[in-house]
Amino acid sequence: MRIVHYINQFFGGIGGEDKADFRPEVREGVVGPGQALNQALAGTGEIVATVICGDSWFNENLEEAKATVLEMISKYSPDLVIAGPAFNAGRYGMACGAVAEVVGKQLGIPVVSGMYKENPGVEVYRKYAWIVETGNSAADMRKAIPAIVEMVKVFAAGQTPAPGTYIERGVRVNYMADERGSKRAVDMLVKKLTEQAFVTEFPMPEFDRVAPNQPIRDLSKAKIALVTSGGIVPKGNPDHIESSSASKYGKYSLEGVTDLTAETHETAHGGYDPTYANKDADRVLPVDVLRDLVKEGVIGSLHEYWYATVGNGTAVASAKAFAQKIAEDLHNYKVDAVILTST
Amino acid sequence: MKLELGRIFIRDVAFGAETRVENGVLTVNQEELRKLILADERLVAVEFHIAKPGESVRIIPVKDVIEPRVKVEGPGGMFPGMIAKVDTVGSGRTHVLKGCAIVTTGKIVAFQEGIIDMTGPGAELTPFSQLLNIVVHATPREGLTQHEHEAALRFMGLKVAAHVGQAGKSVQPDEVITYETLPLLQQVAKYPNLPKVVYAYMLQSQGLMHDTYVYGVDVKKIIPTFIYPTEVFDGAITSGNCVSACDKNTTYHHQNSPVIEDLFERHGKDINFLGAIVTNENVYLADKERSSNMTAKLVEFLGADGAIVSEEGFGNPDTDLIMNCKKIEAKGIKTVLVTDEYAGRDGASQSLADADKAANAVVTAGNANETIVLPPMAKVIGYPEQANVIAGGWAGSLRPDGSIVAEIQVITGATNELGFNKLSARGI
Repeated sequence: MRIVHYINQFFGGIGGEDKADFRPEVREGVVGPGQALNQALAGTGEIVATVICGDSWFNENLEEAKATVLEMISKYSPDLVIAGPAFNAGRYGMACGAVAEVVGKQLGIPVVSGMYKENPGVEVYRKYAWIVETGNSAADMRKAIPAIVEMVKVFAAGQTPAPGTYIERGVRVNYMADERGSKRAVDMLVKKLTEQAFVTEFPMPEFDRVAPNQPIRDLSKAKIALVTSGGIVPKGNPDHIESSSASKYGKYSLEGVTDLTAETHETAHGGYDPTYANKDADRVLPVDVLRDLVKEGVIGSLHEYWYATVGNGTAVASAKAFAQKIAEDLHNYKVDAVILTST
Repeated sequence: MKLELGRIFIRDVAFGAETRVENGVLTVNQEELRKLILADERLVAVEFHIAKPGESVRIIPVKDVIEPRVKVEGPGGMFPGMIAKVDTVGSGRTHVLKGCAIVTTGKIVAFQEGIIDMTGPGAELTPFSQLLNIVVHATPREGLTQHEHEAALRFMGLKVAAHVGQAGKSVQPDEVITYETLPLLQQVAKYPNLPKVVYAYMLQSQGLMHDTYVYGVDVKKIIPTFIYPTEVFDGAITSGNCVSACDKNTTYHHQNSPVIEDLFERHGKDINFLGAIVTNENVYLADKERSSNMTAKLVEFLGADGAIVSEEGFGNPDTDLIMNCKKIEAKGIKTVLVTDEYAGRDGASQSLADADKAANAVVTAGNANETIVLPPMAKVIGYPEQANVIAGGWAGSLRPDGSIVAEIQVITGATNELGFNKLSARGI
């Protein structure tokens, strides 16, 4: 197995914090902790190259850093990448995680790392890396190395690491169980009723709760925008927004539009009875009412674009990404408030 | 209430001069069916196909799947309140043509969807690839509203299934299973030492293509109520929904309701199964609050120690699922939930739209966003270009060679939340 190792300026022997702006460099063979890893991996794999990058430079030039490091790594056609271990070094952990993300996505090979459970790199990047849990400082190196080596050996054997040997990645993967779901449910209930141990198949997540903003003091001067997950689009759905599991949102002009009609607008949403929205899309995106409110002086103005996606079955991660872009745009247009309509 | 379910194993299906079952072979007279179907003036043309397990056949879009059954003894007829009088069913004797089904398809109502592949990787995810399917493909009259069109197709499926089911009326079944639920106080007294269990049976009720019917009533309009479990075996619950087909219950699923079957399996051994509560998943918050209040109240009133709560659909109904769970658990009654997940194509996103720590015992039927490639089939019944617009597909899902790349969401019954399948998901 061919392995490339990613480490920071400190473990690369370049220097401490004063050298944290060190630009990525690739060296043939092993550097620093790679030596111990390579020895323990004898017979299983070999570290063919080591990429070294300063933690500050990586995090301050994230896109360039990812591209450069990816290019350096891919030249060696590795079967696996080891990043770190980073212990509780936050920027180092973030860099190792970003390397895992770009390598996983672009090369499709596993990335093994080691971090302390509170390293921010764990929370942000755990879904991309197989992270061995380590102590909070490099003093734990002598335990971290064998744990990483064990995991590399699992991959070398063509297997997937067993749950419990790494920090759970939060990635859900389908499989065929031995029994059908209804039987599993009845079995689980009998155990729960008789106080026997049982394992839920889906541990409930902690939810993001967003605190509402302060109310607007004077609506008559406010610029209001309309954003919907109810799928209201110009007739014909020009951007082909999917009826479920949307991969995009649309931004459409409201210039000269005072009323949405069956001839001009429709819904792309597949998750509710579309008949009424298709007859009169104002029911989901209330352009007509807002135009009236502008005329009456109740609100200052209506933002010249509306933004629409389909909420039906759309991954929260996708929705979050759309929202970030939409919010940025609204900010640039100096919108004061948004009416979000869902279905 | 006691029901004998006589299963007649069907080994083969063919078109023939008369509709009958002989030595496990079902023959069907197409002309009879055509006359029956076209008696509905909303439909102008119909064609029939037979699709067998292992054949290179794709059916798209699927409206409903229904099992042919017939009442042999006892009150009522198949699909009461829909095509039979509204007598209370679930007692006496019913015969089932096991191993075959009626599959309805046809021109698109709205986002009408669902794929059944009879072979290949898609076939492994739908139970209907294992059946001898009589596929009914109907064309509606021009100018029908979507709601009329939907109703026409729905009734067509039920009528055909009941008609074909008649062929089993006087046939000796291969096996007979007896199910019995006593009136509540007697049932409680029968197994006084076993924990008492109720099934909270959530039904889709979000509108066109998202509706379900109980004794002919649109469940949007019901207040949660008690049913004897055997009532579903006689078609008391029928499906009107197929959008995001992976986790929508076809009529076939209800006729063979798996949680009910598996609770009966442990009935009198480990649990005392008291019966089922049917409830809905309406879109208004007040409806959600009312229905979950009523459901929790009924579970408590029946004296249950535990309840299984099964969801239908995802997203909006996740809130109904969690409300039911929280309110039942708050009464000190233990719950197990059955759901599926929408964790994104990479499996890394949040799976449900609502969550609560009371939901500590959950069975999952898998991540519906996982993608699959369905290879081209020699024969396609229906409209393959629908793959580009159905829930779980995208522009370009149908590829030039006839293969389809899409989420497993497109496959009828793939992540069924009654727990019909073995598919599940785990965290890695």
